[in-house]
Amino acid sequence: MSRTGETSPFFRGEGITLRFGGVTALQGAHFAVSRGELLAVIGPNGAGKTSLFNVVTGFYRMEAGEVWLEETPLTNLATHVVARHGIIRTFQNLELFSNMTVLENVLTGAHLHAGYGTLDSFLRTPRFFREERRLHERAAAALDFVGLSGRRELLADQLPFGLARLLEIARALAAEPRILLLDEPAAGLNLRETAELGRLIRRIVEHGVTVVMVEHDMDLVMGISDRIVVLNYGEVIADGAPADIQRNPAVIAAYLGEEAAA
Amino acid sequence: MAWMRGHRHLVGLAAFAAGILGLPFLAENEYYLTVLIVAGFNTLLVLGLNLVMGYAGQVSLGHAAFYGIAAYVSAILTATWRWPVAAGILASLLVVLAVAVLIGIPTLKLKGHYLAMGTLGFGLIVYIVLNEATALTGGPSGLTGIPRLTVAGWTAESDRAYYYVVWGTVLLAFLLAQNLVRSRTGRALRAIHTSEAAAAVLGVDTARYKLAVFVLSAGYAGIAGALFAHYVTFVSPTSFGFHASVQLVTMAVLGGMASLWGSVAGALFLTLLPEFLRALEDFDILVYGAILILCMMYLPGGLAEGARRLAQAAGALVGRRAGKAGEVP
Repeated sequence: MSRTGETSPFFRGEGITLRFGGVTALQGAHFAVSRGELLAVIGPNGAGKTSLFNVVTGFYRMEAGEVWLEETPLTNLATHVVARHGIIRTFQNLELFSNMTVLENVLTGAHLHAGYGTLDSFLRTPRFFREERRLHERAAAALDFVGLSGRRELLADQLPFGLARLLEIARALAAEPRILLLDEPAAGLNLRETAELGRLIRRIVEHGVTVVMVEHDMDLVMGISDRIVVLNYGEVIADGAPADIQRNPAVIAAYLGEEAAA
Repeated sequence: MAWMRGHRHLVGLAAFAAGILGLPFLAENEYYLTVLIVAGFNTLLVLGLNLVMGYAGQVSLGHAAFYGIAAYVSAILTATWRWPVAAGILASLLVVLAVAVLIGIPTLKLKGHYLAMGTLGFGLIVYIVLNEATALTGGPSGLTGIPRLTVAGWTAESDRAYYYVVWGTVLLAFLLAQNLVRSRTGRALRAIHTSEAAAAVLGVDTARYKLAVFVLSAGYAGIAGALFAHYVTFVSPTSFGFHASVQLVTMAVLGGMASLWGSVAGALFLTLLPEFLRALEDFDILVYGAILILCMMYLPGGLAEGARRLAQAAGALVGRRAGKAGEVP
């Protein structure tokens, strides 16, 4: 249910600047996403897309700039604190817990929603059992949502690559994100898997989760995104609907070179 | 049967408790009982170490230092300052927890080999202090005259009584560790082991969890140390040096990382093995080393994995027999 005519967007970043020594990874980058929207961040290799995610989720400290979730400032918070605000990300190179089963991976995803403390664990209080049962239901629902229900007892590293991607998404969903950040979710997937992924991401958005996705696969991006932000050399060069982005001369120049755009 | 499968860990625990109760009746003399008590100290130590190393994936090469600090603090307080034993033990535990917090905060920022070096350094420093602070610790010759364990007027005079105190503590420590491991905390620790980044992204405060489990494991070592001091009634630095730390790591790895039963098995196995090998006289060290090498070659997952594979093979055999018997011609 997106309220139209909101004064400030749901989730936004402004003037984000990040430097590594002499290299500027991000230069005043900005983005804004409305509630319930799917925003894609695209750009040539090295444009700063993943850096943007790393800054937002507290892996790097930005030199300048701000990140807001509604009225809450999230600038340069620690990674786990960002997660507590409901911003959950996935990784381009899978970061599954390979020493755990599929189910345990997803249960770990629900870590923040386990309503019991260490003392409850030690003493096995009724609250422990009640909350664990609830977590298991939630994890089962997340696995069902991505279609991994039949594989919950497998070790995570026994999954083929395509399914491992789905597990990472299920794990993120178990955290009940307000904002889901997907870092190149289609990387390494074949055509059929990519198409299925696209439908899955749309279903996530329809369930009310706001999604920001960094992606290289243009068919996927153009097919499912509500809006697109284009980065080049750390700067935003375009921002708009997929149809507008496809016609934007600055974007064409960035991807294909100046002459093609002329 | 189905109930047993659902509550396998309770069945295991009951068997463990029964084993603890019964074992002294098999021990033919006082010496065996002493060996079992020492195995109890080692089990406590390895259980704690495994929480840090096996579950959270943080190497600690100075774990014997916590063991030693607790032993010495309780020894000094009770033998030199004449504190009651219970107060000495409690104080030693508090000191160990405080030291673990102070050491853990900077050290756990390190990763991999650097963390190993950091904890190794800590262990060496404690060992040197125990040797050199002669006025307080008695130096290399150690401290004598430590009172036997006395709580609320009751003294654990006999070794059998002490055995039950030690292994009762082990059982409780095991139960608590098992409850911890099978919870959100245990999952978070294992998550940190494989990917700190992914754990943090899901809201796990990785620094806090690492510190907490480090302090908890130091607490296990502290209890073991205090119980050691009031059993042997004598402490010297050699029990708590680098060799002791390495032996604890060996027990944890040989038993099976991230397996609590493995910790019990590893500690028992490596404590009892030298006693059995003693019959070989001059060759015992050689055989001991050979057994270690063979275990690591053929059981990389430790004794715990070996037992699991054995159980699986046995299960498959029984299943095949049952299948054949039930076949319809």
